[in-house]
Amino acid sequence: MSVQPAMPKSWRVDTKPHKFCPGCGHGLVLKALGQAIDELGIQDRAVFGCDIGCSLLAWDFFNVDTIQTHHGRTTPVITGLKRANPNLIGIAYMGDGGGYAIGSQHLVNAASRNERITVILVNNTQYGMTGGQMAPTTLPGQKTETTPYGRDPEKTGYPTQGPEMVAAITREGAYVARGTVANLRQLKNYLKKALENQMAGNGFSFVEVLSTCPTNWRTNAEETWKMVEQELPRYFKVGEIKVPGQKEGEANG
Amino acid sequence: MPDKPIEGEKRVFMTGNEVVAWAALVAGAEIMYGYPITPQNEIMHYWTRLAPKYGREFLQTEDELSAGFTTVGGVLAGRKAFTATAGPGNTLMQEPMSMAEAMRLPTVVVIQQRGGPSTATVIYSQQEVTMTTLGGNGEGLRIVYSTATHQELFDYTIKAFNTAWKYRFPTFVLGDGYQAKMRESLTIYDPASRGIELVEAEPFLGKPGVPGVDRPPTQLRNTYNVEEELYEVLEGYFKDYEKIAPEVAEYEAFDVEDADLVVVSHGVVSRACKAAVKELREEGIKVGYFRPITLRPLPVDAIRETASKARQFLVVESANGQMARLLKEAAFGCPVEMLSLFKPGVGITAEDVVSRVKEIAG
Ligand SMILES: Cc1ncc(C[n+]2csc(CCOP(=O)(O)OP(=O)(O)O)c2C)c(N)n1
Ligand code: SF4
Repeated sequence: MSVQPAMPKSWRVDTKPHKFCPGCGHGLVLKALGQAIDELGIQDRAVFGCDIGCSLLAWDFFNVDTIQTHHGRTTPVITGLKRANPNLIGIAYMGDGGGYAIGSQHLVNAASRNERITVILVNNTQYGMTGGQMAPTTLPGQKTETTPYGRDPEKTGYPTQGPEMVAAITREGAYVARGTVANLRQLKNYLKKALENQMAGNGFSFVEVLSTCPTNWRTNAEETWKMVEQELPRYFKVGEIKVPGQKEGEANG
Repeated sequence: MPDKPIEGEKRVFMTGNEVVAWAALVAGAEIMYGYPITPQNEIMHYWTRLAPKYGREFLQTEDELSAGFTTVGGVLAGRKAFTATAGPGNTLMQEPMSMAEAMRLPTVVVIQQRGGPSTATVIYSQQEVTMTTLGGNGEGLRIVYSTATHQELFDYTIKAFNTAWKYRFPTFVLGDGYQAKMRESLTIYDPASRGIELVEAEPFLGKPGVPGVDRPPTQLRNTYNVEEELYEVLEGYFKDYEKIAPEVAEYEAFDVEDADLVVVSHGVVSRACKAAVKELREEGIKVGYFRPITLRPLPVDAIRETASKARQFLVVESANGQMARLLKEAAFGCPVEMLSLFKPGVGITAEDVVSRVKEIAG
C-alpha cells in the first residue's frame, strides 16, 4: 500500500496528478495556496484567476470557482470581479511575463489604486509556456532562447524588482512579500497574510514567488534546486517587504 | 435612495452621450468601467454624476484593455457591467471582447465611432464597422446594433443589456461622433412603463455554496488543449448563433416593393438617405430605403428578398465600404448590382445622395 501525500482540501482530486512538468514550482505554489485557502476557510468565496502561461494549467486545479483569462489580463479581470462583488476573495495568479511584461500597466495601476485583491506572481525567470524566452526577471548572464549568449543587462536591462516596485507605489494597507518554493512554510504564511489582508479590506496584496522551471532551465534536480535556493535570492531578496501597520524597514522574515 | 431614475416617461433634449448614460441607468446597469476617449467621454461624465444617486458604481481604468477586462470581471461576478469607447480604444477593446466571445459573456460596449485609421479625427466616421462586427481573433460571435437617432440610442442601449443577458453574446451599440455630441429631442422612459421586462443578471462565479462540496466548481477557460475540443465548443456556439440570428436581426425599410434602386445605409447616414428617398419619390423616381439595424447578425433574409426584387443597391457609407462588404456576402447570388457612395470619415447629406442617384439614373 502506498501512502499518498496529503492534498489540500481545496484541491480538486479528480484533476490530479496535475499537468505541470516534473519538478515545476507551480505545483508547490498552488499547494501552499491550497493550504492557505483551507486554513482560512474561504473555499466558498475565493475566485481563482489564472493567466496564460503555465499558470493556465491550473484552470481546473481547485475546488474553487476559476477563471482562466488572457495573457497579462488576470489582474483587471479579478479587479472587475472584486469591484462588482466585494464579498468574493479575488486571487490573480500569473507568471513573471504576464505580470511584469505584458500586464505590467495593470499591476502598477491596480497597486496604485490599492485594489482589494491578491496577486500571486510566479517568478521562474523566463517565459515557461512559450519555450523559455527572456522575461523581465531573467538574470544577468542567464541563457534563454532569446538571449542565447546570456542576458546582457546593458542591452536588455536588469531583472525587474517586482515586490520592491509594488511596495514603493502602494500606500498604507498594502501587503507585499517575496517567498520561495524553497521554503514552503514561509510561503504559505505569506500567502495567508496576503489573503487575510484582502479579507480585512486593507488594500492590495502582492506575493512574488521564486520558482523553478527545470524544463526550460534544462537543469537536473540538483542544479534546479541550486538555482532557486542560491542563484535567485542573490537578485531577489526573500522576505516581507510591506506589512500593514508596521513601520517602514521593520518588515522582514 | 430612489431606485427608479425615470418615472413613466419624459420628453428631453440632450446629447447622445447623456442619452446612453440614462439608458444604461434605466436598463439596470450596475457598474461602468471606462477609459477616456473622444467622442464617448461624456458617457462617463454623466454616469459618474448619476450613478452614486442610484447606488451604481464606476471605475476609471488604466486603459481600454483594462476597461474591457474589468467589464468581463464585473459580468463574471453577475453584475450588469458595461463600458464605452471609440477608435483606437475600440482596437484595444477587441482583446477583452474576444474573451467575452470565447466564454459567451454578456458584456455591453457602446462605441461612438470616430475617424480612422489610428487616431485620425476625434469627430465622426462609420469606419468601426468591420472591427466592431468581426474584431478580435475569432469569428465575430457578437451582436451589434447600429443606431440612427437619439431615440434609438436610448431604446437600443436598454435592449443591448437585455439581448446580451438573454443570449449571452457580447453586445455592442454602435453610435458615432455626431450621435455622441449633438443634441436632439427624444422620450426617455422607465422600461417597465412600456412593458419592457429587464432580463435578470446572474453570477457566473461565486454562486452560493462550497464548490466541490455543495456544487461543482465553475471553471471557465479560453484555452483548449486539442483542435477537436475547440471545434466542438465552437460548433455549439455557431448553432446557437444561427438559431438566435433571425430573432435578433432587425431592419427598417420602405418603398422597396416597386423600387428599381434601393439606397442601403446604416446609422446616422440613413437619416440623409431617408430624406433623399422621400424627395426622389416625390419627383417620381422609383427608389427604396433599406437599413440594417443589426449589423451583426445581419437581417439576411430581408436583404436577400430586397436584393432579388431591386435591380440596384446604392450603398451609402461614411466608410470605404465596410458595410458594403457585409451586404455583398449576405446578398451573394442575388442579381443585384452594387453601387456606392462612400465618404470615409466624412458626413453625408441628403443632397449628396440625391445627386448620386440622379447620376446613376442618368
Ligand atoms: C497577447 C498574447 N501575447 C503572447 C502570448 C503568448 N504567450 C503565452 S504564454 C507566454 C509567456 C508566459 O510566461 P510567464 O508569464 O512568465 O509564465 P510561465 O509560463 O513562465 O509560468 C506568452 C508570451 C499570448 N498568449 N497572448
Ligand atoms: S515549462 Fe517550466 S513553468 Fe511550465 S510547467 Fe514546465 S517546468 Fe513548469
